[in-house]
Amino acid sequence: MRTLTRTVERSTPRATRQFVRRLQHGDQVAYLITFIFAATIFLITVLLFFELFRSSALAREKFGWSFLTQTTWDPVALEFGALPFVYGTLVTSAVALIIGVPLGIGASIFLAELAPPRLSSTLAFLIELLAAVPSVIYGLLAIFTLVPFLRDYIAPVLRSTLGFLPIFQGPSYGVSLLAAGMILAIMILPFIISISREVLLAVPREQREASLALGATRWETAWNVVVPYAKAGIIGSIFLALARALGETMAVTMVVGNTPQIRASLFSPGHSIAAAIANEFTEATSDIYLAALVELGLVLFCITIVVNAVARLLILGMTRKSMAPS
Amino acid sequence: MKTIVFLLALTFVCTSCGKSDVTPVNSKAATPDGQVHITGAGATFPYPIYSKWFDEYRRKFPRLEINYQSIGSGGGIRQVTEGTVDFGASDMPMTDEQLTQAKTKPLHFPTVLGANVAAYNIPDVKEELNFTPEALAGIFLGKITKWTDPQLRNANPGIKLPNSDIVVIHRSDGSGTTFVWVDYLAKVSPEWKSKVGVNTSVNWPVGLGGKGNEGVAGLIKQTPNSIGYVELVYAVQNQITYGKVRNLSGTFVKADLTSVTAAAAGASKQMPEDFRVSITNADGKDAYPVSSFTWLLVPTKIEDPAKKKAITDFLQWMLTDGQNMVEALSYARLPQEVVAMEQKAIAKIE
Repeated sequence: MRTLTRTVERSTPRATRQFVRRLQHGDQVAYLITFIFAATIFLITVLLFFELFRSSALAREKFGWSFLTQTTWDPVALEFGALPFVYGTLVTSAVALIIGVPLGIGASIFLAELAPPRLSSTLAFLIELLAAVPSVIYGLLAIFTLVPFLRDYIAPVLRSTLGFLPIFQGPSYGVSLLAAGMILAIMILPFIISISREVLLAVPREQREASLALGATRWETAWNVVVPYAKAGIIGSIFLALARALGETMAVTMVVGNTPQIRASLFSPGHSIAAAIANEFTEATSDIYLAALVELGLVLFCITIVVNAVARLLILGMTRKSMAPS
Repeated sequence: MKTIVFLLALTFVCTSCGKSDVTPVNSKAATPDGQVHITGAGATFPYPIYSKWFDEYRRKFPRLEINYQSIGSGGGIRQVTEGTVDFGASDMPMTDEQLTQAKTKPLHFPTVLGANVAAYNIPDVKEELNFTPEALAGIFLGKITKWTDPQLRNANPGIKLPNSDIVVIHRSDGSGTTFVWVDYLAKVSPEWKSKVGVNTSVNWPVGLGGKGNEGVAGLIKQTPNSIGYVELVYAVQNQITYGKVRNLSGTFVKADLTSVTAAAAGASKQMPEDFRVSITNADGKDAYPVSSFTWLLVPTKIEDPAKKKAITDFLQWMLTDGQNMVEALSYARLPQEVVAMEQKAIAKIE
């Protein structure tokens, strides 16, 4: 028996034997299975892009690049331009970031560095709960509470104090780019806070101890040592939040006013790409109309890719800089 | 790290929900045990009455199962013309162009009637307002901008209207409701016809958009001095204030089940053979002018004899017993003349 096994081992080539041994440990199998999973993600992305590109062919041929610069969206005359939607998407997301980022980072610094541990973990739990609330709930909150409040209290104050800026001029109906931006800010806060908090908590203890030993206060330690150390992760959280803001549909469409126009004032109604698709897709009867909506989707897809690429570059640049000797 | 993964998964879920999608419905053939499955898709407006009908009908004939998906009129037309469903449903008649391109040549069968009402929110006005067709067209074109405009004042003597700007609210999603509303505006205003036109969604000259009837109603409620249009059924069920509209014979008529049926009766004299007719701005003293049929779209040729029998039987039942159920759900019933015409038209299905 023993001699038999030995002869088999000797007769098989070395590589096969090694492969069989690794197979026994499960490495090869695990590699293969996880590789397939990872490849699926890639395939889905490619397929998504391909489908968007293919289905929008009709609109791309008819309108060409002017699709991105035209401002008319007329389903009767079948003239389609995406600019007001792109504008609305970018403006609402920008407003969301302007409000959300300082709040979110401030809150995460408090939770990770300054708050007592018990309070911190309770609040973190609540914040994660907030991330699980469906967007339509935020939309309802916005339309019934935020919109009247914005119209009756916030808008008059903004107009009387900052009214010299064109972005705070004109009549306010409540539903507006500002309202959409504000509700988006609330929606992306949980993302920024909980990811930034995790990143801050992951900063090695020695960093803090060294800073404190040099006589820095807790705030100085947090702001000058911990936050810079975690910068890449925090930026990552902001871009994840931005990606969500760009694609948010339901809550935005409920308060943005759904008017495809470009106005400087944040009080004026606008529209967004995702909202337009959700609104008009079901009743788009003609082929060119449908293709134009798909092309809107393609534009949004490209915006998201650009945003992610910028995030990558920023993070890359940052880690290089921090690693380089100063 | 776990949290990040969780949040990533969550973003994926959150961004993907809320986006509507049209999935083709596979039409299944009759199964050997005599069970007949019929699939339909289309308009959302008649969905409550359709689901009641299909439910009642199934109780009578347990072997027949009708599955209806309310994906919107546009989707209904698209799917029935491509033959992916057994029947479609729409709030607007198919255009000549759509019919010539269709593989299945659907026949139109009116089922119930609906109407749009002009709903408004003026904080100090509790009375019912009167609207002339010119005033409505002017408001939605953005030419009448104040509630104190002479056009509105003259139609509403004795009512103190505020000197404030009118906020126009319209549907932001493509909808059969919008089609009926702008179809009416195009009939009463040549300017609307040339400048804006008629479709399920249009390039609105003014106003804010709300998604769905609930979105429009919500915006009207939230915005002082606003006006918009919603379906009669929705306005009745949610007790929304709405005004009277002057009809072709000069009377201000309030929309209700009788005045909507009257509009259909007025239009039935010139009813074409294929029922593709718009009854907005209809003739008749009591006719409410912003009324419309909603249609079932049935292919002219149905290959499967079991399905053909099931569909023709159902149409027959819908026109007789089915009509007695519609008013309980705030839909207006078909006038007798139209029912008689449709009963003859059922024979056209091959």
